[in-house]
Amino acid sequence: MPADIIQTSASTSSKSADALIEIDGVGKTFTGQDGENIIALEDTDLKIGRGEFLSIVGPSGCGKSTLLNLVAGLLETTRGEIRIDGEQVNGPYTDLGFAFQSDLLLDWRTVLRNVLLQCDMRGMDSKQHTGRARKLLKSVGLEGFEDKRPFELSGGMRQRVALCRALLLDPPMLLMDEPFGALDALTREQMQSDLLDMWQETQKTVLFITHSISEAVYLSDRIVVMSARPGKVREIIDVDIDRPRDLSVRDSAEFGAIVHRVRLLFQEMGVIH
Amino acid sequence: MAEKEAKKLSLWSANARGWHVDAFWMFLSLVIVLVLWEALVAVFGFPAHLLPRPLAVVYSVIDHWGTIVENAGDTTVAVMLGYVLAVVFAVPIAILIVISPQVERLLYPPLVATQSIPKIALAPLFIVWFGFGLETKVAVTFLICFFPIVVDTIVGLRSIDPSLIQLARSMGAPSSRVFLKLRLPGALPSMFGGLKVASALAVVGALTGEYIASDSGLGYILLSASGEMNTALLFGVLIVLSVLAMIFFYAIELLEKLLIPWHVSQRSHAQ
Ligand SMILES: Nc1ncnc2c1ncn2[C@@H]1O[C@H](COP(=O)(O)OP(=O)(O)OP(=O)(O)O)[C@@H](O)[C@H]1O
Ligand SMILES: [Mg+2]
Repeated sequence: MPADIIQTSASTSSKSADALIEIDGVGKTFTGQDGENIIALEDTDLKIGRGEFLSIVGPSGCGKSTLLNLVAGLLETTRGEIRIDGEQVNGPYTDLGFAFQSDLLLDWRTVLRNVLLQCDMRGMDSKQHTGRARKLLKSVGLEGFEDKRPFELSGGMRQRVALCRALLLDPPMLLMDEPFGALDALTREQMQSDLLDMWQETQKTVLFITHSISEAVYLSDRIVVMSARPGKVREIIDVDIDRPRDLSVRDSAEFGAIVHRVRLLFQEMGVIH
Repeated sequence: MAEKEAKKLSLWSANARGWHVDAFWMFLSLVIVLVLWEALVAVFGFPAHLLPRPLAVVYSVIDHWGTIVENAGDTTVAVMLGYVLAVVFAVPIAILIVISPQVERLLYPPLVATQSIPKIALAPLFIVWFGFGLETKVAVTFLICFFPIVVDTIVGLRSIDPSLIQLARSMGAPSSRVFLKLRLPGALPSMFGGLKVASALAVVGALTGEYIASDSGLGYILLSASGEMNTALLFGVLIVLSVLAMIFFYAIELLEKLLIPWHVSQRSHAQ
């Protein structure tokens, strides 16, 4: 086997060649309340490269959250296996940061202590991480809010705190389940570019679920479009837009073309009429 | 540290301001009630055994002060014992029901079943079991307080956001930690709902016990005053009783303010 062939095939997509997450023939079936089988996910193969920003879009109920929970080891696969860093996921995989649509801040903790929840849940000494927590809060413009309670913050600020909590221990990967879904349009755009800046700087692997096609295009290296019932990967779309990106790329023709392509896929699936 | 002190101070002064305003309105409504009462008696000339004048009530309370204090003490003991016992049993049972489906299946149906029996209907049974006096009062109080505490604690413990559990597990938290640091604090507001309802019911329970099976306590005084047509004393004891019940209720509320100052219900009313 000539070595140069392997070389070229590897260099065509350098990121996915060095896969951090490998989803291999994964299926997930739930048992419903009446004992019936609910196939949430079927025959899913996906490789997510180290440092890649990958978005997942798809109709409601197509198994996006399920997939994320499988990767995090919070659910067991019914078929197939998932490997992170080459090792099979078996039980909760904790070397990651998780963010949800709801910020899940605890009312009884201050902003700082909410970020430090990360330590408390792991049984780590939170004192050692106070400095980094403060630094993170400062980096998202929340300096001076450390001792405030979550209810004193706006929705966008709360989601920033949640992001700081996910980033506290500098995990190599982030799982985000519609993290900006509950924000107003302007705050959302701001959060997107903040997230992009952070990603650009730290080169974390991000698995990002969203319902917004333009959000997916703006942020991602690749977009996985899923179809529903049973949940499956319908198509994977490369987003070849130069980085670093700023909000102006949204007005470019290539951006519009990719958005259009994803929308067509949704139309074909009958999600949009 | 200094910041913490300052916060505490501002908390207290805010409370104090609230109390002044509350006290003013309470005083005003009291004055209005008294004036109306006096006017009613003067205009319609009700006989004293139906509606005594306010002043007669005051005199009656003063005359019987020793007896009232002593019997109020008995009632308070019954209320506190029954209430504390109810808390001590209800909270752990609620916790067990929430963490173990087996315990839930085992305990929940009989709990609901006993709840559907009117507590007063059980009183004669308690007399047989516990005899005449404190034990029966405590038993009735216990039973009447127990259920609301169990139910609201269960509701509180169950109302945790499933995503929060997911988040905690992704941080590697064992379920004991999830319970102590997330479930339990999150359940406190609902739990206090139950504790407050139960604090009002506790007085009802103790009085019920005193009506049927006691020769002491404010309930007993009420019965005997009624027998003697001593309406002034009746009114006096009723007022003392409601003051007692209010103190008890506000004590629980104060505890709530101290334990969950972060909850929506505890934030400034002005907003
Ligand atoms: N614990 C569960 N028990 C039974 N069925 C489940 C469970 N979790 C998910 N499902 C089902 O699996 C399917 C996929 O759910 P999932 O939450 O992954 O969808 P989703 O793509 O994240 O949807 P959305 O966009 O609305 O968040 C749905 O049909 C759902 O009802
Ligand atoms: Mg979802």
